[in-house]
Amino acid sequence: MTERELKKKQTTKERTDEVVEEAPATTERGDKLKAEIDDLLDEIDEVLEVNSEDFVRSYVQKGGE
Amino acid sequence: MPRTRCSFDAVAVPKVMGIETEYGIALRGGDPNPIAASSILINAYVNHLQRKVGWDFEDESPGRDARGFARDGSSPPEVETHLVNAVLTNGARYYVDHAHPEYSSPECRDALSIVKWDRAGERILQKSMELAEAILPGDQHIAIYKNNSDGKGNSYGCHENYLMDRSVPFATIVNRVMPFFVTRQIYTGSGKVGSEVPGVDGVAFQITQRADFFEEEVGLETTLKRPIVNTRDEPHADTQLYRRLHVICGDANMAEVATFLKVGSTAFVLAMIEDDIWGDRDLSLAAPVPAMRQVSNDITLRRSLELETGATMTALAIQWEYLGLARKWAEEHGFDAVGGERVGEQVLDRWEQVLAALETDPMSLNKQLDWVAKYQLIDAYRERNGMDWSNARLRAMDLHYHDLRPAKSLFARMSMEKLVTAEEVEEAVSEPPRDTRAYFRGRCLQRWGSSIAAANWDSIVFDLGTDPLRRIGMMEPLKGTAEIVDRLLESCATPAELLERLGS
Repeated sequence: MTERELKKKQTTKERTDEVVEEAPATTERGDKLKAEIDDLLDEIDEVLEVNSEDFVRSYVQKGGE
Repeated sequence: MPRTRCSFDAVAVPKVMGIETEYGIALRGGDPNPIAASSILINAYVNHLQRKVGWDFEDESPGRDARGFARDGSSPPEVETHLVNAVLTNGARYYVDHAHPEYSSPECRDALSIVKWDRAGERILQKSMELAEAILPGDQHIAIYKNNSDGKGNSYGCHENYLMDRSVPFATIVNRVMPFFVTRQIYTGSGKVGSEVPGVDGVAFQITQRADFFEEEVGLETTLKRPIVNTRDEPHADTQLYRRLHVICGDANMAEVATFLKVGSTAFVLAMIEDDIWGDRDLSLAAPVPAMRQVSNDITLRRSLELETGATMTALAIQWEYLGLARKWAEEHGFDAVGGERVGEQVLDRWEQVLAALETDPMSLNKQLDWVAKYQLIDAYRERNGMDWSNARLRAMDLHYHDLRPAKSLFARMSMEKLVTAEEVEEAVSEPPRDTRAYFRGRCLQRWGSSIAAANWDSIVFDLGTDPLRRIGMMEPLKGTAEIVDRLLESCATPAELLERLGS
């Protein structure tokens, strides 16, 4: 194995270790994330047009470039 | 495609780069003609500035092909000259292209500057919407979307441009950049509900907006039979020294991190190609065109791609190879070609973080990457309401993610990671980058706009009223920087003086 390959292997291993250590934080972050998304989802219906079908159908563009 | 053995004598040139975006436009309540709507929009902005400088088409030749031939009848510009077409004081071009408003950023030296002037483009479109709103009858409204398709098979682009050394054989660029373009989609994608490929209906959500539209590996087209590697050979600079790689396979990004990484990593890869550090590596894909869609359609990022050698690798594994090479290149060559050490290091670190996260927990990138943020939001809404992926409300959310109207933008509500401040963006709306020729263009427009008859990427035409029109050429993208011209500009009180000093 060349030095470079070895170095890359080690980097990959370090990465894996980090992820394992961070696992509890990830869960905490996941909860926070879920709360954030829930808040956002509550707002979605205010943003969307009443008739999404119409809105989506009427969005027609000419090809560009 | 056979691997190209290297025998060229090239050195990575500074990656002067730009990003151009065609925005989606909808005029509700009025004449739906998009060309008219785009003209109203841009005129509203330009008239507001009260300084209208038109585009100069003298040096345009979009039909020239990097492979060494010109398309018949390619000489006259393909852009309709009667349409509004302006040069802004930040060095950008703002115009109607086909049926879309398009903003082409000024030339930048690094990926962070690209983010800043790309964001400035969004602000300009937003201001244009506000100004147009004031002119239009009360029941007519313009909405602008920074996306790349209408969901019905019509696509419009977000193109990147990179300055390259002319002496690198084009075939070498194609060979080495192709696997990169196919696989960078895993972080450049803006996400899309469904597929627009005729007859394909098993795709609920895919990573990119654009993958559905690529049908060739290499070619000159941009509007039909789109190629992954575009061959337009129009450097807007000294053709003996440079080429401009015109990249059409990317998505328009809302997320700053996505724009930063897209342009930053690409600049590295192109510099690596010029400095020829490839060695024996051959990452050539067996079938790049189907691979574009395969990568885009696989949000698990697990499916392998077949290489020409017969080996298989995932898109992620191929990206790790490119990142490894980029680190090696930077160790040997430094960061000059990619805009300096600060931004260069930032690109490499970000690249590594993003690949590592994509490998272990892609959804953790919901503040960094568009496709992840969009997928997470739409999927959560879908689950909450027990909807099928074909529900029109999900497609509407997809559109509103890219909506530039602040009240209708889903992206604006998602507190994504920022790399530039709102103040920096506001400044970039009127100020040019200081480290490319865009500086000279922008400063001249700021100071002497009323004496400038026209301008384009590589020249400015002055009209002093008495003499014939006088052109100042700017064929070198790295000249005209603040460092080079500030003293000259400060010492000239009038454009006549400037022309005299420059001997034009």
